[in-house]
Amino acid sequence: MLRRPLQELRVIARDPLLLLLIVAIMAALVVFVLVPVVRVLLVSFQTPDGFGLDNYELLAQRRLYRNALRNSLLVGAVVGVLGVALGYVAAFVLTRTDVPLKRVLSSLMLMPIISPPFSGAISILFLFGFNGLVTRQLLGLQDFSIYGFGGVVLSQVFTFAPIAYLNLRGVLAGINPTLEDAALNMGASRWQVFWRVVFPLSIPGIASAFLVVLIESMADFGNPLVLAGAAFPMLAPQAYLEITGSFNLPRGAMLAGVLLLPSLTAFAIQRYYISKRQYVTVTGKPTASTSKAVSPAAKWTMYGIVVAFGLLVVAFYAVILLGAVTRVWGFDYTLTLRHFQYVFSVGWDTIKDTLLVALISTPISGVLGMLIAFLVVRRRFPGRAAMEFTSILNFAVPGTVAGIGYILAFNGPPLILTGTLTILVLNFVFRYVPNGIQAGIAVLNQIDPSIEEAAQNLGASAITTFRKVTLPLIAPAFFSGLVFAFVRAMTAISAAIFLVSANWNLMTVQILNEVGSGRLGVAAAYSMVLLVIVMVAFGVINRLVGRAAQDASTLRF
Amino acid sequence: MPADLRILDLRKEFESHDGGATVVAVDDVTLEVEKGTLITLLGPSGCGKTTLLRMIAGFEEPTKGQIWFGDKRVDRLAPNLRDTAMVFQSYAIFPHLNVFENVAFGLRMKRLSKEQVAKQVNDVLELVGLGHLGHRQPSQLSGGQQQRVALARSIVMEPRLLLFDEPLSNLDAKLREQMRQEIRELQQRLGITSVYVTHDQIEAMSMSDLVVVMNAGRVEQVGTPLEIYARPVNRFVADFIGNANFVEAQVVDAERVRLGAAVLPLAEPTAVAVGGRVTVVVRPESLELGPAPAGGARGERYLSGRVTRATFLGSHAEYLVNVEGVGELQADVRNPVQLGLLQVGDEVTLTSGALHALPVG
Repeated sequence: MLRRPLQELRVIARDPLLLLLIVAIMAALVVFVLVPVVRVLLVSFQTPDGFGLDNYELLAQRRLYRNALRNSLLVGAVVGVLGVALGYVAAFVLTRTDVPLKRVLSSLMLMPIISPPFSGAISILFLFGFNGLVTRQLLGLQDFSIYGFGGVVLSQVFTFAPIAYLNLRGVLAGINPTLEDAALNMGASRWQVFWRVVFPLSIPGIASAFLVVLIESMADFGNPLVLAGAAFPMLAPQAYLEITGSFNLPRGAMLAGVLLLPSLTAFAIQRYYISKRQYVTVTGKPTASTSKAVSPAAKWTMYGIVVAFGLLVVAFYAVILLGAVTRVWGFDYTLTLRHFQYVFSVGWDTIKDTLLVALISTPISGVLGMLIAFLVVRRRFPGRAAMEFTSILNFAVPGTVAGIGYILAFNGPPLILTGTLTILVLNFVFRYVPNGIQAGIAVLNQIDPSIEEAAQNLGASAITTFRKVTLPLIAPAFFSGLVFAFVRAMTAISAAIFLVSANWNLMTVQILNEVGSGRLGVAAAYSMVLLVIVMVAFGVINRLVGRAAQDASTLRF
Repeated sequence: MPADLRILDLRKEFESHDGGATVVAVDDVTLEVEKGTLITLLGPSGCGKTTLLRMIAGFEEPTKGQIWFGDKRVDRLAPNLRDTAMVFQSYAIFPHLNVFENVAFGLRMKRLSKEQVAKQVNDVLELVGLGHLGHRQPSQLSGGQQQRVALARSIVMEPRLLLFDEPLSNLDAKLREQMRQEIRELQQRLGITSVYVTHDQIEAMSMSDLVVVMNAGRVEQVGTPLEIYARPVNRFVADFIGNANFVEAQVVDAERVRLGAAVLPLAEPTAVAVGGRVTVVVRPESLELGPAPAGGARGERYLSGRVTRATFLGSHAEYLVNVEGVGELQADVRNPVQLGLLQVGDEVTLTSGALHALPVG
């Protein structure tokens, strides 16, 4: 039984540096990914006199907690269905039909992904809040409340439909259009072609996208905190309130534990069941992929939906911009730069902190992601599967859980990190490395392993091979991992809110604070600054990727 | 002075993917290769030849056994410390480096000076006829040029051992023939000991000093191309190398066997007792066909039969002849254009030179 692991270990040990690296990465994954989650679960079972299920029994006893669970699941399911429907329509229209302005619409669809996860919520307050432009000014409603189910669903669909779109775009683009031709050729009507061929082929992708959106929605912190309101409790904000409001760690941990279970389940289904059932038809030949399965009427109806969403995105950001330069929204609409002045004076340190955390964690996360991908795909060592699993576990761990876990794990010896820059950086590195890993694994699987063997054969050690050959070849994945890590580090909130301190504060946390104290104008100004930073970084890295992609084009021979 | 490459009882087992029984890819192979020789590992796919090569390079870990380069044991050494240079089936050219940098890669790993690297790379590019293409990207090269880059990248290392993993299988037939000669000439000129894996018997026959015929993880026979063709040790080797008819024959005396109605000489004396049975290998090109004489038999060295299939192939014709008392034999006749093509149903006589009897047991 032990022969194989021992032999693998012996082979790895021939390259001591490699062995050291593997051990170090594994130790780091245990300490910074596993331990915090385990600590949350342990504390959630903690009672005044030892361990027990007392905290979980509260779930049955207290309506507040029961409702929080029910509301989170309900919102997750509804947002999942609506988000995926919208994402599918957009993906179909933008990949399979010939309509104008595809690039612009696609960019607009993706805008919410690179914004702070609750900028939609702020726009909704501007438009539909108590002093909202639509509800108060236009309709003159006095007692309309956007808070609760409707508000959260609206803002989350806006935030997460783009993620469904991103997932489904690849699925739909991968369905070989000749299958449609074949079905038509055999006498199927357009309607039948869609429901009998195109749709069944995209079901695994749809299920996968649904679960991803469900996970994101349940883990979402910002939108519910802004829009759920007191009458509509939800798990993530409730856990936060238990800890920061009532200083009740065990109960907060219990709610986080409840949040973790559906997320992990959905993740497990998505990863180990559905993803193995994707029908991606890979052919070397580029094919014109215009779908014949939709009638013009259906096509233009769907196009209308996509355009409407695009316009909504434009409107939301326009409203934030307007809010940022308006004196007091709802009362005094004179233009002013006061809010920006405030942001750049009082908030200057926060901006610097945010940038610093993002700039430190992004490259670390990027390189670590590629290293782990390289090790997992190309090396055989005991614990390889465990390394892969742990490194991408954070896909499924809601930020709230990770945040609470970090306070629990690093608030005392042996590692005291609370209140430091380090804890933010570590949290971001390990939370946002999974995307880089996934991208790296996908690209590596496309690269002939003998290219790396050739390097070794010519005298390069494992680490040199990675540096000189693997890394340049997976540059596109590396850069897309960087973009993701940077955007996420800039816009993170759910874990970060537990980890910020007087010394190290983040813009997202500050935005929520301003919303909480009713200063929407300042919140909007912060959001605009954040958005501009992200867009600039996005543009810069994209240019780099463009160059890297050119080099990588030599890959295909 | 020990041989340049020695392989002792080398074994490789893989666990099958469904967790079931282990698969033996290389089954206790022992081999010696003298300095400067080119040895081919020849066999059908799945015979273990590539696994054996990858163990020599260090990409696979032997389950047991030893590998020695001269007096240095290497089987526990990392691949980058072994001083072998491999030409991969897929060429494995670094797509992000140009031709010059591809060839320079290994020299830079050795930390040679800039000038040395430039000189050696340019020399070797000249040698393989790519002197003017140093700045090309790999994607701008034809298949044959990529092959030459891979070759240059290996020989510039002046390795102790050159390894080839079916390097010509991605080239078209004409180019393959040309590269075969170039590789062999280079190898002989540089005198580098080489191990060459292929499933193509023509490649093996035309390039090697020694051929190792492998089957199901085991070495069936080691010999010069002539030896394995003329004196195969068993039916597998005889069948895999070239075409062969296998015929049961009866030993007349140590030097002759009876085949149907004919008595034919053996190439080597047999140890099988008089009256015993042996299997003889009859190569199609060793059979001589002639028209049947009007008066019947032509003597004890001749068989008679009737053509059942005739295939014209230009340089030669392939006939299937139903031979009395023997069964169907394939016979190849050269120059059918001038000798005239036989037709199905023609009566013929056949004879052969000395036959090779497969060793018994």
